[in-house]
Amino acid sequence: MSRYYQPEIETAPREKILEIQNEKIVRQVRHVWDNVPYYRHLMEEKGVTPEDIHGVEDIHKLPFLSKADLRDAYPYGLLGTDLKNCVRIHSTSGTTGKRVVAFYTQHDIDLWEDCTARAIVAAGGTDEDVVQVCYGYGLFTGGSGLHGGSHKVGCLTLPMSSGNTDRQIQFMMDLGATILCCTPSYAAYIGESLAEQGYKPEDNKLKAGIFGAEPWTEEMRRDIEKKLGIKAYDIYGLTETSGPGVSYECEEQAGMHINEDHFYAEIIDPDTGEVLPEGEKGELVFTSLDKEAFPLLRYRTRDICVLSRRPCSCGRTHVRMSKPMGRSDDMLIIRGVNVFPSQIETVLLKEGYTPNYQIVLDRERNNDTFDVYVEVSTDQFSDLMSQIQRMEKSLEAALRTMLGIGPKVHLVAPKTITRSEGKAVRVIDRRKLHD
Amino acid sequence: MAITQLSLFLMNQPGQLVDAVGAISDTGANLRAMSIAEANDFGILRIIVSDTDKVCDILKEKFLINRTSVVAARMDDRSGALLPILAALNDNNINIEYMYAFTGTGPEEAYVVLRVQDAETAESVLHASGIETLSDENLSL
Repeated sequence: MSRYYQPEIETAPREKILEIQNEKIVRQVRHVWDNVPYYRHLMEEKGVTPEDIHGVEDIHKLPFLSKADLRDAYPYGLLGTDLKNCVRIHSTSGTTGKRVVAFYTQHDIDLWEDCTARAIVAAGGTDEDVVQVCYGYGLFTGGSGLHGGSHKVGCLTLPMSSGNTDRQIQFMMDLGATILCCTPSYAAYIGESLAEQGYKPEDNKLKAGIFGAEPWTEEMRRDIEKKLGIKAYDIYGLTETSGPGVSYECEEQAGMHINEDHFYAEIIDPDTGEVLPEGEKGELVFTSLDKEAFPLLRYRTRDICVLSRRPCSCGRTHVRMSKPMGRSDDMLIIRGVNVFPSQIETVLLKEGYTPNYQIVLDRERNNDTFDVYVEVSTDQFSDLMSQIQRMEKSLEAALRTMLGIGPKVHLVAPKTITRSEGKAVRVIDRRKLHD
Repeated sequence: MAITQLSLFLMNQPGQLVDAVGAISDTGANLRAMSIAEANDFGILRIIVSDTDKVCDILKEKFLINRTSVVAARMDDRSGALLPILAALNDNNINIEYMYAFTGTGPEEAYVVLRVQDAETAESVLHASGIETLSDENLSL
């Protein structure tokens, strides 16, 4: 079996890729203009029509789409085809108004699964492999994205979904899983659990892991590789563009190849919106070149990274993106879940607290720790320890309900939360993910 | 009747207690009794002082403070003296959340501070058993 899933496109000369992109963008802009009134209106406001777009060199003329647009347009505003042509939705992990619903036609799913199949083959996958998918299945794109790609490659697919680590380990060992797909923090956790159960790295049959959906460091990669005795590959994607597989690592482990026949990537200055030259750090912007149901043009990911077109020794010609080095807005990714500080504020106000809080993120045994310090007010303070501890527990429960993950709440005295220049420091992130 | 206990929310770190006691000292009030409940991140300092209103007014500028009615029951400072107090409450099904004790100003006199759900009821139960209790006015002695 080949080292590539679709060699003719994955290793196509740059001119060929450009030719495909030019042809697709002209068609895609016309498709959006004709079918997505929301975006057509944005184009009209900017004075752009499909006639102005002759190829990717004209993409900079198009208006941006942001997360706010996706919320405004929820649920059908950015739909690019009749609902009867759609076969599935996926949704972001966000809650309370931050949720984004993306639609897929069968064609969209086919192309998406091609992308994840490329990632699996790049990680050494063939039809001899046993792929254990422990990303969540359901609204989250991780599970079904890798699942579909695994089918395309012809691997035996174990649709485990997330959680139940003892069962994960049992299937992994009994069925000889060779490729593991999950979040990097879960991979590290599985590694630790294997060791606790007395397994050595060479006892499992794993050879590779495809890990994504949350930020992780090189240090963490080496740790996972050692614990599991595998090579760990990064994969990137977002629900807005399809899901995992927008880009993926090859054996060089030196940046993720963007599937440029489906996605056009730009790096912009997040403040001015100006397109930056190759090699400069800025916000990553994606244009879906051939999606039918959810055809986003110039979607601002908020991820800060760098693109490189230097040739890769793996033979793939598609541009590589660095790991995201941060986010241009205040969204936090904690244990793979998107958390906005504003959500925490909402809960505090609802539960009768002042919105004076501080989020502290750290790493312990490769897992995120999530602590929220909250100032107690006079109304809530009691001489009874049991009552204060009940308040802490009930606030933890309310935050867990809102965020989907549970922080540890610490009640602190009023005016004790650090303020710099009069402004409270809301987030202290000690995870050092972007070294 | 009953007496007023002040509770202070303190962080569980060096310097917090000395700050609080220093602030009480500056008011000139006498610290009659105290107890601390501690959790991981914070503690609750509960105090009985001679001039509750004044201390409360001054401390609330700097500390999170709370006033609670508690019962201060008088007992002799001798073996077995606490038992009839607890027995009287127990006989009337009154639960004690927490308690602490201090010695009185008279010879062989002690007080136990009792935190119960309803201080007034507890007090009448104690009075019916011939047990005396303090009121805020007695504290300035």
